[in-house]
Amino acid sequence: MPSPRPLLARLRALLILPAFALLCGCDMVVLNPAGDVARQQGDLVIVSTLLMLLIIVPVMALVVLFAWRYRESNQEATYAPDWDHSTSLELVIWSAPLLIIICLGAITWVSTHLLDPYRPLSRTAPGKPIAADVKPLEVQVVALDWKWLFIYPEQGIATVNEMAAPVGRPIRFRISASSVMNSFYIPALAGQIYAMPAMETPLNAVFDKTGVFQGFSANYSGHGFSSMRFKAHSTDQAGFDAWVAEAKKAGATLDRAEYLKLERPSEKEPVRRFAGVEAGLFDMVTNLCVEPGKMCMHQMMALDAQGGMGKAGLHNVRQLAYDKFGGRGTHAHAGKSFVGEICADKQDIAVRAAPKPGNPRPLTGAGMKQPAAEPTPTAPSVASETRPRPLS
Amino acid sequence: MIPQPAPVSPILGKLSLDALPLHEPIVVATFAVVALGGIGLFAALTYFRLWGYLWKEWFTSVDHKKIGIMYMILGLVMFLRGFADAIMIRSQQALGFGGSDGYLNSHHFDQVFTAHGVIMIFFVAMPFVTGLMNYVVPLQIGARDVSFPFLNNFSFWMTVGGAVLVMASLFIGEFARTGWLAYPPLSGLAYSPDVGVDYYIWSLQVAGVGTTLSGVNLIATIVKLRAPGMSLMKMPVFTWTALVTNILIVAVFPVLTVVLALLGLDRVFHTNFFTNDFGGSPMLYVNLIWIWGHPEVYILVLPIFGVFSEVVSTFCSKRLFGYSSMVYATCVIGILSYIVWLHHFFTMGSGASVNSFFGISTMVISIPTGAKLFNWLFTMYKGRIRYTLPMMWTVAFMLTFVIGGMTGVMMAVPAADFVLHNSVFLIAHFHNVIIGGVVWGVFAAINYWWPKAFGFKLNEFWGKVSFWMWVPGFWVAFTPLYMLGLMGVTRRMRVFDASFDPLRIYYWIALLGAFMIAAGIGAMLIQIGVSIWKREELKDESGDPWNGRTLEWATSSPPPEYNFAFTPKIHEIDAWADMKAKGVARPTEGFRDIYMPQGTWAGITLAGLATLCGFALIWQVWWLAIASFVGVVATAIAHTFNYNRTFYIKADHVAEVEAARTAQLAALEKGAA
Repeated sequence: MPSPRPLLARLRALLILPAFALLCGCDMVVLNPAGDVARQQGDLVIVSTLLMLLIIVPVMALVVLFAWRYRESNQEATYAPDWDHSTSLELVIWSAPLLIIICLGAITWVSTHLLDPYRPLSRTAPGKPIAADVKPLEVQVVALDWKWLFIYPEQGIATVNEMAAPVGRPIRFRISASSVMNSFYIPALAGQIYAMPAMETPLNAVFDKTGVFQGFSANYSGHGFSSMRFKAHSTDQAGFDAWVAEAKKAGATLDRAEYLKLERPSEKEPVRRFAGVEAGLFDMVTNLCVEPGKMCMHQMMALDAQGGMGKAGLHNVRQLAYDKFGGRGTHAHAGKSFVGEICADKQDIAVRAAPKPGNPRPLTGAGMKQPAAEPTPTAPSVASETRPRPLS
Repeated sequence: MIPQPAPVSPILGKLSLDALPLHEPIVVATFAVVALGGIGLFAALTYFRLWGYLWKEWFTSVDHKKIGIMYMILGLVMFLRGFADAIMIRSQQALGFGGSDGYLNSHHFDQVFTAHGVIMIFFVAMPFVTGLMNYVVPLQIGARDVSFPFLNNFSFWMTVGGAVLVMASLFIGEFARTGWLAYPPLSGLAYSPDVGVDYYIWSLQVAGVGTTLSGVNLIATIVKLRAPGMSLMKMPVFTWTALVTNILIVAVFPVLTVVLALLGLDRVFHTNFFTNDFGGSPMLYVNLIWIWGHPEVYILVLPIFGVFSEVVSTFCSKRLFGYSSMVYATCVIGILSYIVWLHHFFTMGSGASVNSFFGISTMVISIPTGAKLFNWLFTMYKGRIRYTLPMMWTVAFMLTFVIGGMTGVMMAVPAADFVLHNSVFLIAHFHNVIIGGVVWGVFAAINYWWPKAFGFKLNEFWGKVSFWMWVPGFWVAFTPLYMLGLMGVTRRMRVFDASFDPLRIYYWIALLGAFMIAAGIGAMLIQIGVSIWKREELKDESGDPWNGRTLEWATSSPPPEYNFAFTPKIHEIDAWADMKAKGVARPTEGFRDIYMPQGTWAGITLAGLATLCGFALIWQVWWLAIASFVGVVATAIAHTFNYNRTFYIKADHVAEVEAARTAQLAALEKGAA
């Protein structure tokens, strides 16, 4: 058996490795981010590594030791060709990994719930809970081919390929896409979540340092994917107000017509700003009904939930093609005619806009703190499901 | 109104001269080289009059040993293609910095990384693994062949058919630009209107038929054809892993077939399974493809675990430690592999409870995997380890695979996966387990079983050169990717803007590693060449060059067509070691006629027609698709009237072969004494 001393020394050497990597001069943004959520996620990476090193390091040491000690030329080592079973050893080799997985499993259960992107934040930094009256900054994000659109409903502005948020204020992203799957990722802020057409995924995060950070799509989405990047500014409140004011100066308004032009595929788009945004635009995007007059997905779902319209509905269905024979936005929609919206209720979109809050049920489990004040749920409309549609 | 797709010619479908990528100089040059090589090979085979021999002895053969060898050759050829793609990816990423566009445009680069993944998994790893199982399993269980020899031949040629379609996409049309799993909506008609995704779908459909059928075949073989006395718990571990693997194949490949068929319907008949509109659900595709995709990982790695078990036990000259716990671990891994698929897309917002479940079930897999590693470790303990090439690969595997396992478990923590998903850290992780596990395991297996297949060992020197290029080369190539992943660099990037400039060095180091691996592959090819050249010096007449423990080493190398003159009786786990220990005498008389399957033209014909059908479907040449499909059915029916499917090897002939073997062994013994 190995003597404990060199084993411990080796162990210590390996424990230093992650720290060493941090010191190597490169910017390991995943382990050293600028947001509370990303920081906890980065810590998880390190904690789980260390936990596993508890077993990996001895195993590697034993492999090297046995490989050397029991080489054929070493005739002094014991040779037991028929030794093939030991109940106590078997117990150890099954239970040691089991114990580590139990620890890691507990960490997983707790951290997955606490860092669920759907869950409203309970703090902006360790020991800094969020006051009940703080309203998160809502940012609606649309992944277009191949650029990012950010809509700030509270400020009434929109930007392309640039976002900003005041440091220390919780941000609630609502994320969707116009054509194919992308993944919205600002490594310094929080883990990524997919941006998917006709679906909405939320992300709750907060900056705890100021600076300019990289954001990008982390899921390959076609031709212009490599340059589908943006800058995320974390500033103080004054800086943010100035940034908003700059957008307000831009003058242009992002309405449906402008959006339909914007969503056409393009690459390396410069930063663009809009002083105003048509109300409910984001919800029209997620419901595939930006084209004026087209019936929205949730309206159709509501009809279907009532049993549909029978044969009379066929005409509507035929008009609902979204991206059937050509990439979204690659052709003009001029020739299209829609009749679907006669069923629509203008109020409906407004109701739809109220996002469903995170799961309000209390968390169970050790160490799982309750999030701070939950926004009270508003009456959900027919299709206010904020999760990606399940497989039903 | 809604724009309609371009019209399709009734004669040529979508095919036209535009399909030839004449405007891509890289492709044209590749085509020239491939065409020259192909013409040279064709001329040489014609000149040496080898076509008849190849057709009779190999292409139409139903001998599991020959089919196994052909699988390995297919894997090796496709490995060179897949690796060429890898070098192209690495060099493009090293060059695409500082405003440079690199040398590949996105149309080309996106095909390259898609093809790299598809080829390496479906047409390299799968043929390697299937080839090993095909060659070794019947020998290990004392069978004369697999249960359905004709089906085996057909399965092989279907796999070739898939590979042919992938290769054809290089020169006629294009391959998918979607990533190797072709997620919709990107792979749907709207965003990939070209034939690339159709090539993807139909090459995998054609090859998938082969894989599924070979799975059925090997399950039946293992269940029904074991030598008397070989109860399940006396099967060699490799056969055990093969059994579990093939159960996985039969259970999950139909899922792949269905999901690709649905995608094909979306693309050709404009259905709406995975579209954005009309209630289609792209996430349904993602779920289904990973329900196949995750077990697929274990389909590749489980037989390799079996290889390592055989190698460790043989070269430590020791019984395998914890045989039954090894078997249970294999079965547990097989079962658990079905309930972890969602860990490939924690980031699609399934919610905390679902993510936790799949995260924890993923971690649980590491327990039986860890137990396996410990079992190999304690097999080495108190052994006498001979460091031949298979054992060297095994030790390298053990040290490398644990790191890959560790990074895998890290990403099984959903909250940690949110920051690592789709990053190059993930790339480093799965190359760590697939190269450090599957590929090196295949190399261990090739070095281990080569003498059995050909009667001579592989050259040690060039094998060691290859080893010492591969193992450090792997770490040089992938350590930078681990680090880049922690710096938040994502995968499948073609060009890097100015903010990446400090990271360029990492890509250059990774490229250096890729070149080291290239040298390792080169050394391996030289190793094979030199070994064939010097086969007399490397000759092994004993049939048991490594002092093996399982039944395949009991027969001559290469084994006679019928494997064993008499079906052996099994009393112990390591049947051959047991026979050697007990001094069981080789039977030398009383031979009887041996009933054997006859070679047939039907497998290659059916697969050829099926491939043609696939090609026609890709280009929507409907008349040809219908004609070739009718051809497939007609050939299959015609083949049912072929009653000439079996023959007897006469007892006289068996006696002759066995007498020669007896003389050979006697001469060896004399030489030794």
